[in-house]
Order: sequence, then C-alpha cells, then structure tokens
Amino acid sequence: MSGKAKAKKKGLSLVVRQNLIGYSFILPNFIGFFIFIFIPVIFSLVLSFSSWDGFNEIEFNGLNNFIDIFHDRVFVGAIWKTAYFSFFTVIFSMAASLILALLLNQKIKARGLFRCALFFPYVASVVAVSVVFNAMLQPDYGPVNEFLKFIGIANPPGWLASTDWVIPGLIIVNVWRNMGYFMIIYLAGLQNIDQSLYEAAEIDGAKGWARFWKITWPLLSPSTFFVVMMLIINSFKVFDLIYLMTQGGPGTASTMMSQYIYNQAFISWDYGKSSAAAMILFLIVALLTAFQFKAEKKFVNY
Amino acid sequence: MVKKKNPVTRVLIYVLLIALTVITLTPLIWMLSSSLKLDSEVFSVPIKWIPENPQWSNYAKIWEKIPLLTFTFNSVKLTVIITIIQVITSSFAAYGFAKCKFKGRNILFLLYVATMAIPWQVYMLPQYSLMNTFHLVDTHIGYILMQSFNAFGVFLMRQAFISIPDELLEAARIDGLSEYGIYAKIALPLSKASITTLVIFTFVTIWNDYMGPMIYLNTETKKTLQLGIQMFIGQYSTEYGLVMAVSVLALIPVLVIFLIGQKQFVQGIASSGIKG
Repeated sequence: MSGKAKAKKKGLSLVVRQNLIGYSFILPNFIGFFIFIFIPVIFSLVLSFSSWDGFNEIEFNGLNNFIDIFHDRVFVGAIWKTAYFSFFTVIFSMAASLILALLLNQKIKARGLFRCALFFPYVASVVAVSVVFNAMLQPDYGPVNEFLKFIGIANPPGWLASTDWVIPGLIIVNVWRNMGYFMIIYLAGLQNIDQSLYEAAEIDGAKGWARFWKITWPLLSPSTFFVVMMLIINSFKVFDLIYLMTQGGPGTASTMMSQYIYNQAFISWDYGKSSAAAMILFLIVALLTAFQFKAEKKFVNY
Repeated sequence: MVKKKNPVTRVLIYVLLIALTVITLTPLIWMLSSSLKLDSEVFSVPIKWIPENPQWSNYAKIWEKIPLLTFTFNSVKLTVIITIIQVITSSFAAYGFAKCKFKGRNILFLLYVATMAIPWQVYMLPQYSLMNTFHLVDTHIGYILMQSFNAFGVFLMRQAFISIPDELLEAARIDGLSEYGIYAKIALPLSKASITTLVIFTFVTIWNDYMGPMIYLNTETKKTLQLGIQMFIGQYSTEYGLVMAVSVLALIPVLVIFLIGQKQFVQGIASSGIKG
C-alpha cells in the first residue's frame, strides 16, 4: 500500500475528503447491494467447494464438484450450447436493434406508434410469450411453418421438437424479445449525439454511409459497448424463457448452463455441483466482460 | 436544418418499418385473438386470426375467477416503489463511479458489473435463507429490498454520466457547487433520456417478474399479476383464452409508461444541447 502512504504525505485532507464524497455517493446503493446480493453470492462461492443437499451439514470437499461437472457430458454440452445460443443472439439482436433505432430516429410519421409497437415484445409477460411461441412454432400446423410451406419450403424445420432446430428457434424468440429493448438504448445513444456534428458533416459533403461510419457509429460506441455487454450477460444467463418453453429439451438439446444449475439445485438437490456450475458460468461471463472493458478503453470514443 | 429526403428512400423506409412491425406484432396479434376465443378454438387448424364469435366474456371471467384487483394493486405498488428506489440510489451511485475519484473505485465498479453476470438461480437459495432470518419472506418489504439494488441501473447511469464533459463539472465546482449540487442540478437534468430508459426497464422487469414473487410471496393477498396469469395454467387444465386475456390486460400499464417515456426521448434532444 505504498500509494496510500504517498497520498498521506502529500495532502491528506483533500484526498480523504474526495474519498469520502465518493463513498457517500456509492453508499445508499451499496448497503442494499452488499447485504442482498454480495453476501448470498459469497455464500454460493463457498458452496461450490462443499457438498450440501440443503438439509444436512455442509461439508468441504475441495474441487470435487468441479471435477464432477466436467465429467458430466450434459454440462460440457451445455457450455457449447450456451455459447452457440449467445453468439447468434448477440449478433442478431444488436444488428436488429441498431437498424430499428436508426430507422426510428428519423423524422417520420407515427414514430411513437412504431417505437411502441416494436417495444411490445419486451413488455409482454414471458409466461404468455412462451405459450404463444410454442403455438406459433408448432411444426405441423403452426403459423410459422404454414408460412414457410406457403413460400415453397417443403420440409420446414421441426423447431422446438427437433434437437437441431430447438436452439435456432429459441434464438429467434430471444431476438424478437430483445430488439425493442436494445433499440431503446440505441435511441437514447442517438439522442446524445450532437446534431451540429451532422450539420458540419453536411457542409463537408459527407452523406449516407460516410455520415454513418464517420459520425454515428463512433459516437454510438458507448451504447454499443453497453448493448453488447448486456446481451452477452443476458444470453449467457438466459433462464425463464427456455425453462418455460422447452425445459431444456427435447432430451437435453436445449439445456443451457443456467438450466443445468437449476436442475442440479432443485431437481437433484446437489447444491455443491449447482454452485460449481454457477461459478464456471460466472467465470466465463466475467472473462468476456473483462475483455470487453479492455476493448472499451481502446475503441470507445466518448 | 432537416434536409428533404429522396421520396424513394422515404417510401423504402416506411415499407421496411411496416414489414418489420407486422412481423414483430404477429405473435401479439395471436395473443389478442386467442384472448377472445374458447379454449377449444385456440389451437384450431388453420389458425383463425379473427375469432368467429369473440368471447368478450373472457375479460369478465378473469376478474371473477381470481382476485385480479388485489393482484393488480400489488403489482402497481411494488413496481412503483422499486422503480423509485432503483432510480434514486443507482443514479446517485453512478455519479460516484463516473465523476468522483476515490480509492478502490475501479475494483468496486468491476465487482458491481461482475454480479450482473451471475444468474439469480445461483444465489437464490442463500438469499432466501438470509431473508428468512430477517423474517422478510412473504412480505412486500422483503421483495422490495431484494429487487431494489442491482448493478444494472448503476451501470446504465454511469454510461450516461461519463459522457458529460468534465470541463462542465469543473466550471460548476469553481462556481461553488458541491458534488451533490452538481449531481442534482447538472448531471441528472443532462441525462433525462437515460433516466427514462432506466425507469422503463425497471418498471417492465418488476412488472413482469415471475420467479421472484413466486418464491417470495405465498399469501394470496400479497401475490402479483404474473402469478395470476400462471393460475390459469396447469392447476386443472390450461385455460388459454383466460391466460391471454390477463396477459393482454397486463400489457396496458407498461405500454402507458412506455408511451409517456418515449416522448422524453424527443425532449431529450432539446436539453442535451451541450457542446463537448
């Protein structure tokens, strides 16, 4: 702690004052956050190195839980499935939400109505959404496949009933739910762009694509950073939707990491294995997030 | 200032928007149409988008079959309280993270962000036992405390505050404004669009939360609307028409909040006219 010692010699009161003001801003949120989120998280970290069924004594068992889950084909499969699901969810949701935001940031008629309509999917209750999409994606007579047959596809996918198509099906539903949400973040980002920059660009003769790549895209980078990060996090921990739509099936074809975590805890009553799997999920997302922060420093243009 | 667009481009924009909107709304139209059907008609082949004989009575039945009024009241109460706490405490903390220099700031912020990556399923159980020790299970206060402090709001508001130029804040400091004054009088007013975003997102998340109330609220009089929707599923057999009718009604408050909020995006332009 040599930095601290140096600060003390230089100008204690100012540094202390600055620190105290900083802490005072954080405190109201931090107290609640610490008690209701941090402590439980730490407890589950402890659990990942123990064996516990929820009733008997907690016993420390070292790395056994981690060894067990990596020998479990369902878990290893879940890692790949989660990565597959997340990769396409992130790409498609980001592209869709950016396009929608750009379209809806223009002066057009009924703009509020369009924004509202596109935000709809996000506000619909996930319980209802899962019932609706189970019907829409029904392989034999669902409207989606009826439409695909109508445009000439003879053998449309089996969607949620097929082990190959269940994840693409879930990606579609997830992108559908996400895009309105992230459209809002992009819209807010677009509002923060100084309009005079566009006027200046106009004078310089920049139009269309050049305008987008030279002004909009770089100045949107804080929003893009946020959108990509939230998308990665949300898609890696996706639970409700898949739980309600497929419960990880057919078989284990759509068993993602969070579903595995849930199953270990609430079906197998193995809190140790469940927490260990949770720590792996946490580690993956934490690494991706850390990588993003590195990239933010490099590319984000405030 | 606004240049006239090529009419062909304009038409293309409208066509694209309308197409995207129709695709997006199809599942919701199905929901609306099913809310006016008998259960036996919901899955009829081929799908009838307009019910032959609309069961408006579905919308009356839902109020009789479950205490929907109480559920609605509970949902409104919890959502409003949590949204207020969330916006105030997280914007306050975000200002600290974005514009104050203090020891451990980056580590602390990284910890905040890191917890966003942890699925709730991971710490659901320890959290529940903690709440149980405080006798907060099956109380609205317990649920409010559990939902009010998450990292998302802090992160969102930090991104907004970070884009406020430091020179502006420095000028305010020279004018004698305290950090708290700067937060209230400069940072917040300049971030209206982000505050609106946070309000909308928190409102929607809490309004639609299903697992939280399911685990924490057991007494009938304390339950929320989402649990009400679930009551029509499974208990005896799923009553699709009624599920969809409650779901349609449950959409209305969030849409109202959104319609009010989206105007703020437009007003946001006028107020954020600071030059960097």
